[in-house]
Amino acid sequence: MPYALCFLLFMIGLYCVVVKKNMVKIVIGILVMEYAVNLFLIMLGYRMGGVAPIVGQSELDPSTGGLLSSFLNASVDPLPQALVLTSIVISLGSLALMISVCVRVYGKYGTFDITEIRRLKG
Amino acid sequence: MRGMTVIVKTVSSWVKVLIFLYGVYIVVFGHLTPGGGFAGGVVLASSYVLLMLAFGREFVEQDLPLALDSKLDCIGAFAFAMIAILGLVFAGSFFANFLYQKYLPGEPLRLISAGTIPLSNIAIGLKVGASLFLVFFSLSICRRGKGVTFDSPAGQEQE
Amino acid sequence: MSIPLPLFVAIPLAAAFLLPMFGKKGKSAATVLANMVTLSLLVLAIVTIRQYGAYEVGKWSIPLGIILVRDGLSSLLLLAIGVVSSAAMLFSTRYMEQYTAKAKYLSLFLLMVAGMNGVVLSGDIFNLYVFLEIASIASYALVGFGCEHEELEASFKYMVLGSIASTFILFGIALVYGNTGALNMAYISKAIQDSGVNAGLAFALALFVTGFGLKAALVPFHAWLPDAHPSAPAPISAMLSGILIKTLGVYALARMVFNVFGVSVEIGWLLMVLGLSSMVVGAFLALGQWDFKRLLAYSSISQIGYVILGIGLGATLISQQASLAWASLAILGGLFHLVNHAVYKSLLFLTSGSVEMSTGTRQLREMGGLAERMPITRTTCAVASASIAGVPPFSGFWSKLILVVAAVQARLFWVAAIIVFVSLCTLIMYLKIHRYVFLGEVPRSLEHIKENKGSMLVAMVFLACLCVLMGLLVLVPGLRENVLDPAVQVLTDGVKYSADVMGMTIGT
Repeated sequence: MPYALCFLLFMIGLYCVVVKKNMVKIVIGILVMEYAVNLFLIMLGYRMGGVAPIVGQSELDPSTGGLLSSFLNASVDPLPQALVLTSIVISLGSLALMISVCVRVYGKYGTFDITEIRRLKG
Repeated sequence: MRGMTVIVKTVSSWVKVLIFLYGVYIVVFGHLTPGGGFAGGVVLASSYVLLMLAFGREFVEQDLPLALDSKLDCIGAFAFAMIAILGLVFAGSFFANFLYQKYLPGEPLRLISAGTIPLSNIAIGLKVGASLFLVFFSLSICRRGKGVTFDSPAGQEQE
Repeated sequence: MSIPLPLFVAIPLAAAFLLPMFGKKGKSAATVLANMVTLSLLVLAIVTIRQYGAYEVGKWSIPLGIILVRDGLSSLLLLAIGVVSSAAMLFSTRYMEQYTAKAKYLSLFLLMVAGMNGVVLSGDIFNLYVFLEIASIASYALVGFGCEHEELEASFKYMVLGSIASTFILFGIALVYGNTGALNMAYISKAIQDSGVNAGLAFALALFVTGFGLKAALVPFHAWLPDAHPSAPAPISAMLSGILIKTLGVYALARMVFNVFGVSVEIGWLLMVLGLSSMVVGAFLALGQWDFKRLLAYSSISQIGYVILGIGLGATLISQQASLAWASLAILGGLFHLVNHAVYKSLLFLTSGSVEMSTGTRQLREMGGLAERMPITRTTCAVASASIAGVPPFSGFWSKLILVVAAVQARLFWVAAIIVFVSLCTLIMYLKIHRYVFLGEVPRSLEHIKENKGSMLVAMVFLACLCVLMGLLVLVPGLRENVLDPAVQVLTDGVKYSADVMGMTIGT
């Protein structure tokens, strides 16, 4: 069920990109899509009642110096979290670029409406 | 932008130091606690963003000139690449943790531990902080319509 | 001599961040350094052409760590990236003097090269996504580099569609990870072989086809390409059309379909239909264009169709358990066409840049009679046009011939007919370019123009020589066994890839 909600969020983002005419709203739509995917990734690694996969002093086994097996069994999957962090960084880069292009286009055309920004045809 | 009222200016000049220190803490302790280069770098950048909102752009430009900022950006990224290449030189593989337990012994969960990982965190923190501030700064210039040619420093880091 | 694989990514990446530090004074030094980087990458790719293997980054073994894998297909793509990027970089030393902020341009260029090298070397599906995004973001910025009306509009369009494609790909990766619990391509492939393709994985495959199809500008997804490619500076158009759409689109698609998911008849037919529609639609749309670079961009869509058609035909033949020899012939045709197209389409874009720099216009109707004024540009353009249209001694002829033979052997005579027909359309559109640009009367406004000098000519002549000589890649057995056959082998082996990669990592 939560996966279906993620998919719904993804579709809302896609709808926004396809239907909206304002450039900034299109950018927002892309971000909604990206967040839906990030949420999906996080939920893949989640388990009911799991703990955060952070190692502190209390998670170390005093006798061997390794991790406690109870911690390993309870913690959520850390890999998707690393993936999400990377994908957030990437989407930050492309967001910055998109917004700066939006600002530049506004400076040139004086509008955010993509139906009026149509010099390229064919 | 002339800046805001004197209340905002006074408070943000105090808070700025705290935010900056908090960012440094997150970067430096990135290998032990949640956070790390990216999150800490964002906090570092936000301290300057606060300064810019409160005092105006010109003030910040004196404090941290754009040329210096973009140099820091490049240095951060370059240092990260260098750490990877040093791994090749000293341990025979890219991104190999050549300091770990060999040149720099350290107990787990201490500040000085984990070899090259804190160094990479610092490099990334520098890169992210500088480039994020650069993005904010450039966007604020563009609003007046006479922008500098600017390209987004695409944040790439793989940890 | 063994060269560690990450150098292909690390050299351009480190140089990209070093270049902006040179500042305004060191502009020529920065240019020289950037040229040395691209040239050294080309030399490295040639020297180590048969050096296959896997590389564990940071000495983490594969289920945990990231690996880089180099096999025949990666070697072929690395070679193509090396050739096109050195030529484009050489061309831009002079061409980019028109623009400000050259250091930023060089830096983004190298970032794009690093991203593409990373995509072809990555053996990890998420790492592939990261490199793909590095290359894409650099290319979005480069398309909008001129900061004029058209450039910004094209850049925004490209960026929106590119970001949607990336999101689709990331969603696919998430689904694959959820279903197989692995990110390493070899492990995913093994898991899929063990468990079969369930609904989630099939949906992921559909997302991958859509995402990489958007990046490759196959026909239902082609809307951004004719805007983005002409708007970029000419060397960047050459990079985008020549190699970027192939690396991010075709290579990644082929890798996913053949090596990770395994081929089936349906996916083979899907690729063939996409390829055929790209060929026909691209060619028809190109015929009606009056903008030099826009015509070339539409022609790119049509030519990318050939590559996908060859690969799809091979997939169909493999999964029908038909003769493997004909399947590998079809794939050979597709991959050879990929390399050929990289060379001659980048050459065509460079000649268009040379013409644009001299005349200041891209409209075919405003030009004419440049044959005597710009003899070298004219000759190189003629070589490339003959090559792309498939005139016999040139490279394009051989790849199209191989595709036609493969289609006939597969008893798909109508496919062979379409290949020949689109080839004719291609001939017509390049005759149109020659008629309007190089022949006819010289307009009064263009009477004083001169040929461009220096590095631009060197780059164009270099690529033109390659166009003439590329036929040798299939005709000389020694070259074919070293360059093309291993690449074909990778795709025909299909899901044996996973066993190969695991074998390589144990070996190192």
